[in-house]
Amino acid sequence: MSTPLGQWLMSEAPLSRRQAVLGSLYRGVRAIFANPTALAGLFIVALLVVMAVFAPWFAMGQSPLSQDLAQRLAAPSPEHWFGTDELGRDIYARTLYGARVTLTIVVLVSVVVVPIGLAVGTVAGYFGGWVDAVLMRVTDIFLAFPRLVLALAFAAALGPGIENAVIAISLTSWPAYARIARSETLAIARSDFIQSVVLQGASTGRILFRHVVPLCLSSVIVRLTLDMAGIILTAAGLGFLGLGAQPPTAEWGAMVSSGRDVILDQWWVATIPGLAIFIVSLGFNLLGDGLRDVFDPKSR
Amino acid sequence: MITVRDLSVTFEVGGRDIRAVQAVSFEVARGETFGIVGESGSGKSTVLKAIAGLVRSTSATLEVDGRAAARRRSRADRRMLQFVFQDPYGSLHPRKTIDDILREPLVIHREPDIDARVAAAIADVGLLPAHRFRYPHQLSGGQRQRVAIARALILSPPILLLDEPTSALDVSVQAEILNLLARLRQSYTLTSILVSHDLAVVAHLCDRIAIMRMGRLVEIVSADDLRTGRVTHDYSRQLLAASRGFVRQDA
Repeated sequence: MSTPLGQWLMSEAPLSRRQAVLGSLYRGVRAIFANPTALAGLFIVALLVVMAVFAPWFAMGQSPLSQDLAQRLAAPSPEHWFGTDELGRDIYARTLYGARVTLTIVVLVSVVVVPIGLAVGTVAGYFGGWVDAVLMRVTDIFLAFPRLVLALAFAAALGPGIENAVIAISLTSWPAYARIARSETLAIARSDFIQSVVLQGASTGRILFRHVVPLCLSSVIVRLTLDMAGIILTAAGLGFLGLGAQPPTAEWGAMVSSGRDVILDQWWVATIPGLAIFIVSLGFNLLGDGLRDVFDPKSR
Repeated sequence: MITVRDLSVTFEVGGRDIRAVQAVSFEVARGETFGIVGESGSGKSTVLKAIAGLVRSTSATLEVDGRAAARRRSRADRRMLQFVFQDPYGSLHPRKTIDDILREPLVIHREPDIDARVAAAIADVGLLPAHRFRYPHQLSGGQRQRVAIARALILSPPILLLDEPTSALDVSVQAEILNLLARLRQSYTLTSILVSHDLAVVAHLCDRIAIMRMGRLVEIVSADDLRTGRVTHDYSRQLLAASRGFVRQDA
């Protein structure tokens, strides 16, 4: 806390709105860094992002798609760090490019699921009565769909592909967020600080977006991070069944599937992408656990 | 300024109707400070919330500044009347700075000069500029209640409703807040209704006082009558006797 910047950020009496906001952000970042679990998770997730963004650079000229049948199923070597698959493609490069697919799914699902869940949940919780009853029964209906089966049905109806996988995963994921947002909103909506904004004459939209949503957001983010592992596994499962990303796109689930036949003799073909799925899922779980500790005021 | 006739509030709890307020009538003149006292559960806070439109009520007449107070209130209606809650720990948004909290009413009503007026409001209630960008959890209970008062007054409403504004604070801070309210009442020419269970507080600040019991209004007395014990109703006498020590010190 000796640096002038640190003192400025940790000031108990900020002099501007910017300083107050940055100060509270800085406190949050410090809390994450002080929590080993969250830090480990953050490191893995950051690694995933870096790998995805700089995949061509990390792959050092190896293409994830170029085939070399003379080199098929080659064991790990200095030339092919993680070996090659049944078409002689470099597994190291394919694993790197696979991070892009995984990251795309993660981002798309978050972007779809969080706003829908928050909107449905806060509206149901704030208005109560028949609005709540209708929205929550709709939520229950969506919650009753088995995720993988719905995803299979979608893939069958609309054709396999990442987009349809994302739609199927999102359709079955948002109800959990609606429920969290609703229960948070129920507690918040009756509180005096919301009543006081009502008395100031704020519109309902303003109350929900500016005052209720910010308080629901932390538990929704924690839930999303913890769910991410399941989402990645579902996406990989779809890929494994041939209904996710289509060949020749490098996708971890599909890569595991292609290594299934040779798993005893050429273990690396299925093991490397399987490890990647495992590590990234673990990373999101650790980050979610850590974030829950950081956001929970009782654990401070 | 405020006319209430036959105000009733009924809550439905578990299928049963609880009549929290029954046929309460009173009038508050412009510039007057009107007190409502009573024990816990007497319905005094509910009367205040019904006037503010925070709970559903039925009444023969509920007028604010000569206009009927509708169930759905417009932004202009809201402007007439502001509220200070009992618990300063629950009445400020935990994720917003004091600046955000005070800015909000001005933004909602599209007022000009927001920065200057927030600064003025902070100074007006005896807070320092250093408090402006803090979060509520960084302030004491008394400072938070000052913020709540500043927020209520920042739109210069003609009417201020105070729901036990000091009961969550410790004694020395209570006195500061009461003095602040007494000062602001004069500089803003406020009409106010103060709800409290503390007779000394009410006798100190109010001109006339309504005594409530079990949802009904027992009687309305002047502050002088309350101090000297000139009350007619048995229950009022009991209430006075129960808090005699406080009244003597105050008078």
